[in-house]
Amino acid sequence: MTSTSTSEPMESKGLMKVITASSVGTLIEWYDFYIYGAMSVIIAKQFFPQDNPTAAFLAALATFAAGFVVRPFGALVFGRIGDIIGRKYTFLLTLLLMGGSTFAIGLIPGYASIGIWAPVLILLLRFVQGLALGGEYGGAATYVAEHSPVGRRGYFTAYIQTTATLGFFLSLGVILTTRKSVGVEAFNDWGWRIPFIVSIFLIAVSVYIRLKMAESPLFAKIKKEGKVSSNPLKESFANKRNLKMVLLALFAAVMGQGVVWYTGQFYAQTFIERTMSVEFEQVRYLLCFSILAATPFFLVFGAWSDKIGRKTIMLAGMLLAILTYRPIYKMMYTYSDAKAKTEITESGSKGVAVAVAANGDSTITTTTVAVYTDGSTLKTVKKEVKLADASRPAVKPETTKTLWLSSGGFWMIAFLVFIQIIYVTMVYGPIAAFLVELFPTRIRYTSMSLPYHIGNGIFGGLTPFIATRLFDASKTTENPGGDPYVGLWYPILIAGVCFIIGLLYLPNKNDEDVSD
Amino acid sequence: MNSLKRLSGFIWIALGVAAVYMMASQAGKEISAAAAANKAVLDTKMFWYIIIPIFAPIMAGLCLFGWYAWKGEYDVVARDSEHLG
Repeated sequence: MTSTSTSEPMESKGLMKVITASSVGTLIEWYDFYIYGAMSVIIAKQFFPQDNPTAAFLAALATFAAGFVVRPFGALVFGRIGDIIGRKYTFLLTLLLMGGSTFAIGLIPGYASIGIWAPVLILLLRFVQGLALGGEYGGAATYVAEHSPVGRRGYFTAYIQTTATLGFFLSLGVILTTRKSVGVEAFNDWGWRIPFIVSIFLIAVSVYIRLKMAESPLFAKIKKEGKVSSNPLKESFANKRNLKMVLLALFAAVMGQGVVWYTGQFYAQTFIERTMSVEFEQVRYLLCFSILAATPFFLVFGAWSDKIGRKTIMLAGMLLAILTYRPIYKMMYTYSDAKAKTEITESGSKGVAVAVAANGDSTITTTTVAVYTDGSTLKTVKKEVKLADASRPAVKPETTKTLWLSSGGFWMIAFLVFIQIIYVTMVYGPIAAFLVELFPTRIRYTSMSLPYHIGNGIFGGLTPFIATRLFDASKTTENPGGDPYVGLWYPILIAGVCFIIGLLYLPNKNDEDVSD
Repeated sequence: MNSLKRLSGFIWIALGVAAVYMMASQAGKEISAAAAANKAVLDTKMFWYIIIPIFAPIMAGLCLFGWYAWKGEYDVVARDSEHLG
């Protein structure tokens, strides 16, 4: 065992430069990836016009899922390149692909202008984004880990782990600022394009920073010695000794980590916005506060994993999530459950407006505002269309609910989301170091990227999609509201299986030397 | 501990097979029900056409993991990447 993971110990100043350069690029890639998800409802209206809003939302989520599902393929393509030509040029390429496709999404005309080409182009660009992201993370994590000193790898790679959450935070910030600046109506019409277009400037800065970086010292060393793998895919997945570890990484760690991450950070948002009907800006503000408060814990748990082992912390995070998700979501839901609240009848209002179209159809819009003793306000808008020609098929009434939380409710939900993000920091903080230590340098990029992106892209990325689907399926004629917590069974089950496998098969010892 | 690791291998194989079977049968039920009611047929198909091709190979991986566990391949896990590959 050598005393450092690199052939030459790196000064702390130099290491921080490496971390900054890697992290800024990864952060921007995450930003690019998330703005799409954060605006899926608006994009659904612009590019996937359907009469049923749930169907439109699912269509957008499917595209969101498409971005996730192709990530493992990106891991294979770029992992291979990274193990053959090097880490530096590979993650420069992924950055350019991601930035270019994000910028292009902001320029595509809507369905109303170019018809079916609009959703087709969106889908294609989303695929490119997914591929690029699949190649980015493994490169950045490997690059930082291969520069890190022994005994601090968990801490230093945790900086890379913060980028996913900070990228999400940045995307929320840019969206909120743009929405405030241009107004809600203009934002829904064309303003949503601005966060996509802004990406090109962020990418330019990041490419400039990364161009100045040197190749990873461990990769440079094996390249000099002629030990670079000629076929990393074959070595990674056709060699039983290595394939065994790929499977172990996926089923004993990353699968559970993925669902805990996407439940805390994304399904929580979907639940608060769609199931609880909390107002758009309130949801984003409370997420911003929760994320900001929890982010330093990535570093805390990353550093702690250097001392007590990666397994202990990751499995503890999974167990806490399994045990507390249902109570947490039940507590959150009480703030939107009208049955659990007392209405102040004299403060409420009801208004009816009738608009008659040229063809004689009349639209009756009933707006009801209910004020509750806990300080929250619920606005319900019901639109009914009365057709002039009764022989035409009836139009289904449309009801939209918007809940404004009281200050107490806002902070309580922010706290409950914060707890979920703490679980995210426990499972996600040490994962880069864990994966890097599992595989040898010559095939590290390929071997660690695939389980990471199956666990996060597929098991994790599909969490909001599957959970929303379960919720919609629970709506019956007897219970039209459905079971709001049924979607949680998916992450609980996956994390539960992963916890048991991890407990049985994973050792808790960190591999100090990754220079092999 | 090693016998528990090996015996659990059966559970992971069974879980992988059961998951694929359940997905396929649920897909069949939901698609037929949607077609019979003439409601959200495309959405239902789209959901299952995404889910099954993605999860089936992963479940095959879970079966392989179970097989390796049963054969005792995880009795001693190399924690040092030097001994891999």
